Amino acid sequence: MSLVFDLVLCLMILGTAAASLLMRSALGGIVFFIAFGNLLGIAWLSLGAVNVALAEIAIGAGVTGILLILAHARLSAMGDPVECEPTSPWMRAAVAVICGGLIVLLSVAVLSISPTDRMGAQIATLMPALGIENPVTGVLLAFRAYDTLLETFVLLGALVAVWAIAPPRGWPQRPASLAIATPVSLTVIGTFSRVLLPASLVMAAYLVWTGSDLPGGAFQGGTVLAGGILVAALGGAIALPRADDMRLRSVLVLGPAMFLGIGLGGIALGRFLSYPVGLEKALIVAIEYALALSIGATLALLVAGKPVPPAAVQEGGD
Amino acid sequence: MTGLEYAIAGLLFMGVFFYAAGSLGLLRFPDSASRLHALTKADNVGLGLVALAVALHWGSVAVAAKIAIVWLFAIFTAGATAQVLGQSSKDETDPRP
Amino acid sequence: MTGLFYAAAMALLVTVALALVRAWKGPGTIDRIMAAQLVGTGVIGVALTLGAARGDATMLDAALVATLLAALAVAAFVASRAPRGARKDGEDRS
Repeated sequence: MSLVFDLVLCLMILGTAAASLLMRSALGGIVFFIAFGNLLGIAWLSLGAVNVALAEIAIGAGVTGILLILAHARLSAMGDPVECEPTSPWMRAAVAVICGGLIVLLSVAVLSISPTDRMGAQIATLMPALGIENPVTGVLLAFRAYDTLLETFVLLGALVAVWAIAPPRGWPQRPASLAIATPVSLTVIGTFSRVLLPASLVMAAYLVWTGSDLPGGAFQGGTVLAGGILVAALGGAIALPRADDMRLRSVLVLGPAMFLGIGLGGIALGRFLSYPVGLEKALIVAIEYALALSIGATLALLVAGKPVPPAAVQEGGD
Repeated sequence: MTGLEYAIAGLLFMGVFFYAAGSLGLLRFPDSASRLHALTKADNVGLGLVALAVALHWGSVAVAAKIAIVWLFAIFTAGATAQVLGQSSKDETDPRP
Repeated sequence: MTGLFYAAAMALLVTVALALVRAWKGPGTIDRIMAAQLVGTGVIGVALTLGAARGDATMLDAALVATLLAALAVAAFVASRAPRGARKDGEDRS
C-alpha cells in the first residue's frame, strides 16, 4: 500500500513539475509550482524527513508562491508581458543537456551515499552531549554550525542586495505597500490576518521549541512567521517599516549577531563555535529563537522588495 | 474490527467522499462563483471528517486538540478566502470602474 | 488500520489530481488559484492520514504549517489583481 501511494505521489510530482514548465499562462505555471511544493512536502513526509517537509511546505508551498505572484503582478504593472517568447531549438537542446547533466550528477551523488553509511550512528553517539534529541538541529547548530552561521549571513546579504537596488529618492524609505486595494477584500484579509499573525508567532515559537527534540527549528519557525507578517501586510493590518528603522535593523541582525557572538565566545573555551559544557541546550535554543525572529523579518522584507519613494507608497492605505 | 475501527473507517470514507465531491464540483460547475462553493464548503467538510477519524485513531486529547486547531484554522481560512475570491470573481464578470 | 489510512491518503491524492485538471484548463486565473487552494486543503488531509498510517504525530505539525500558510497565495493573488492608483488604466488584470 505504501509503495502504491509513493508511486502515485511521484507521478503527480513529475506531472505538476512538467505542467508548471509547459503552461502558457505565467500565473498558471505559478499555481502548478505551488502544487508542486505542496506535493514535495508530502514526499518528504513519506520519506520520514519531517524536518525537511516542514521547511518545504512553509517555503515551497507558502512563501515562494506569494513571491512569484507579487513578482508577476509588478512585472505586469511595468508593462512586461511576462509570457515566454518562443525559444530556438538549439537553446532548448542546450538547456536540456545542461539540466540532464545536472540530474545525472545529482543522482550519482545521492547514489554514492552508501546505505551502510556510519554518519547516522556517529551523530547518535554525539547527541547526548548536546542535551537535545533532534539530530537535524544537532547537525545544524553544533556539528556543522559553521555552515548555518554562514547561511544566516547569506540571507542578510540577500536583503542588503535587494535594498541596494532602491532608487536614490527611495532610500531609506518603506517598500511599496502590499495592501490590497479593494476595500472589501482589504477588510476581510485585514481581519483574518489580525488572528493569523499572533497564531503564526505562536506557531513559530512552538516550532523552535519543539525543534530541539522533534522536527522543527529556526528556519521553519522563521518562515511561518514571515508568512504571518506578509498576510498582515497584504491585509493592511501592519505597515512595512522604513529601511533605517533601528528597531527593524536590530531584529534583522539579532540572530546572526547572537550566533556569531556565542561562536566567538567559544574561542575562549578553545575553539570557534564550541559551546561550554552544560550550557549547550540553553545556548542552542537561545540562538534558534533569535534566528527565527531574524529569518522571519528578513524573508518578509525580501518578498516586500526594495524601498521606494514615498509617493508610490501612499495609495494602499498603510 | 472493533466498533471504534468501524467508526474510523466510516468517517474516512465519508471524508474522502466529500473531498471527491469538492474536486468534482471544481471540475464540473459552470462558472467561478459556483466552483467556489465546492472549494470552500465540500472540501472543508471532508477535512473535518478525516480530521475526526485521525483524532479518534490517535485517542489522545493533546493530539486531538492539535487536530482541532488544524480544522478550525482551515475553515477560518476558507471563510476569508471565499469572500475575497468571490469579490474577485464578481469583478471579473462585472467590470465596473 | 494502517492500510485503511494509506488508502484514504491515496484517494485524497487522486482528488488533488482531479483539482489539478481545473488548474490546467483554467479558463480564468481565479479558477487556477481556486485549484491551488484545493490542493492545499488536500495536502492537509494527506498529512493527517499519512501521520496516522505511520504512527508519527510530528506530521501533524506539517498539517498545521500548511493550514496557517494556506491563505497566502489567495491573499497575494487578490492584492495583485486589485486595481491600484499607480497602475495604468486598461492594464491586463488577469
